[in-house]
Amino acid sequence: MNIVVCAKIVPVSSVTIQIDPGTRRMIRKDVSQELDPQAAKAVEEALRLAERHGGSVTVVVMGGEDATVGIRSALAMGASAAIHLSDPALAGSDALGTSKALAAAIRRAPFDLVLCATESSDSYAGLVPGQLAQLLGIPPLTFATALTVDGNTVTIKRQSEGGYDTVSAELPALVTVTTGINEPRYPTLKGIMGAKKKEIRKYTAADLGLGPGDVGASGAREHVLTVGRPPARPPGKTIRDEGDGGKQIADFLAGLKLV
Amino acid sequence: MADLIWVYAEIVDGKISRATLELLGKAAELGTAEAVLLGPGPDDAVTTLSRHGASKVYRSDDPVYRDHLTLPAVETIATLIAAHHPTVMLFASSYGGRDVAAALSARLDCGALTDVGDLAVKDGAIVATIPALGGSYQNTTTLTGPGPKLVLVRPKAFEIKPGAASATVEDVPAPRDTALRRIRVLERVTTEREGPQLEDSRVIVSGGRGLKGPERFAMLQELAQLLGGAVGATRAAVDAAWVPYALQIGQTGKTVKPDLYVACGISGAIQHLAGMKGSKTIVAINTDADAPIFQVADLGVVGDVFKVIPQLIEELKKRKRA
Repeated sequence: MNIVVCAKIVPVSSVTIQIDPGTRRMIRKDVSQELDPQAAKAVEEALRLAERHGGSVTVVVMGGEDATVGIRSALAMGASAAIHLSDPALAGSDALGTSKALAAAIRRAPFDLVLCATESSDSYAGLVPGQLAQLLGIPPLTFATALTVDGNTVTIKRQSEGGYDTVSAELPALVTVTTGINEPRYPTLKGIMGAKKKEIRKYTAADLGLGPGDVGASGAREHVLTVGRPPARPPGKTIRDEGDGGKQIADFLAGLKLV
Repeated sequence: MADLIWVYAEIVDGKISRATLELLGKAAELGTAEAVLLGPGPDDAVTTLSRHGASKVYRSDDPVYRDHLTLPAVETIATLIAAHHPTVMLFASSYGGRDVAAALSARLDCGALTDVGDLAVKDGAIVATIPALGGSYQNTTTLTGPGPKLVLVRPKAFEIKPGAASATVEDVPAPRDTALRRIRVLERVTTEREGPQLEDSRVIVSGGRGLKGPERFAMLQELAQLLGGAVGATRAAVDAAWVPYALQIGQTGKTVKPDLYVACGISGAIQHLAGMKGSKTIVAINTDADAPIFQVADLGVVGDVFKVIPQLIEELKKRKRA
């Protein structure tokens, strides 16, 4: 089974991400990048499937040169190969532009299953997987909290408003995984050493047959007009519990007539 | 002529979803509101939609939409859009809404906006207000290019506005193409839920990693009962399998705006704040004085939740008896 994982490389979670008011994009320069923890769950799920059923796991990443560290993490976890879409012409792409680039790269090799995180942990838009499935012409099975493949059929437990649905489709298909689906493995030292020898294939927009009307800022439909801050909450009061913290809360609630 | 604003209406637990009604209220304010409702639903579905702002309902009760999810809905809506050219189509940030909007945006090559908190429409152009990066920024964004503006709206962004109205109904044919039935729903499981639903609760008592395990949620349950509220949780607590996903509040969970939110052992990660910052009054208890939750709390108590909460419970019981 050929499994493709779409992964995003994001600023490390300890960093408070800032937006540049000039370019109206996230500031990624001089910010350490890592494999998105949510994408790591998709990589983990792919590796488990490949271990059970055989096959390859290829990670596809779109991002600048600084994405390499994150790509190596996915390879160190055990992915067989990586594709890196890296080109200044791709910078500024919106979700649909990103999906077009990923779809063009994925189409170049045979695949059975595409795995994505439900959404990235920096922008949380969650559009790319659904767009990608549509562009690839394969069914999207989304919000998976569990995933099995039996023969040519993929079945998931799909999160629902009131519980879950069991949903299936024939391969090829695309599945998005929720954060609770697994606990990703840590790369072993052997994995980290081995990752350095694995191939990272690079594509530019032109390699993928994409022009300025498809990708990059010029191809984007989505445009940020203004960057601002939300109205601040009026400052509250913070006290240290001196043994009467519970009582103080009760008084506070009584004062607001909430009890 | 008023802009044509469509709403993707959804049925959840056998009823028109609350989020659908929120969208209709806004749609009616922005222009001529019309709804698309696909799949089996309650008998009064059209009446409910019209009473909340829809002047027309495109309707099919064919089970194909329920049993095969996204693809038939995308096919039908794409056909309807080509025939009627709505300026905007609003979707709830629900599981189904997100799937349909994403697929449509690729099919129609028009893109989409997500997580929208407010929306203005003028001469066919839109300006959306979007809280970015967990609400630490508030940006305005537009969509350019031909095609409808597909907009996924945050829960609770708009108020439900009931009114008296009647809608015309246009029956739409369901697609018969078997390729659109590739996704099959085999089973639907509803997890038993007790007590008031999170989204409708006036009071929410929520727990995070600081509770150190599932047992301590019983303490929150007791506090919630005393306050007449429901229990919620952070993603950390849900990922650790201490409580079910249905309790998750945050960017990847439910968005809530109760009168009172009591955050217990919650540090206040951006992902969580995004789902509860709109609460009217926030009380937080955490051992770490530097925890970001204190930035949004009206009353913060730096202390041990295992001491402060039991004392609060005792205090509330005492006052109830008095």
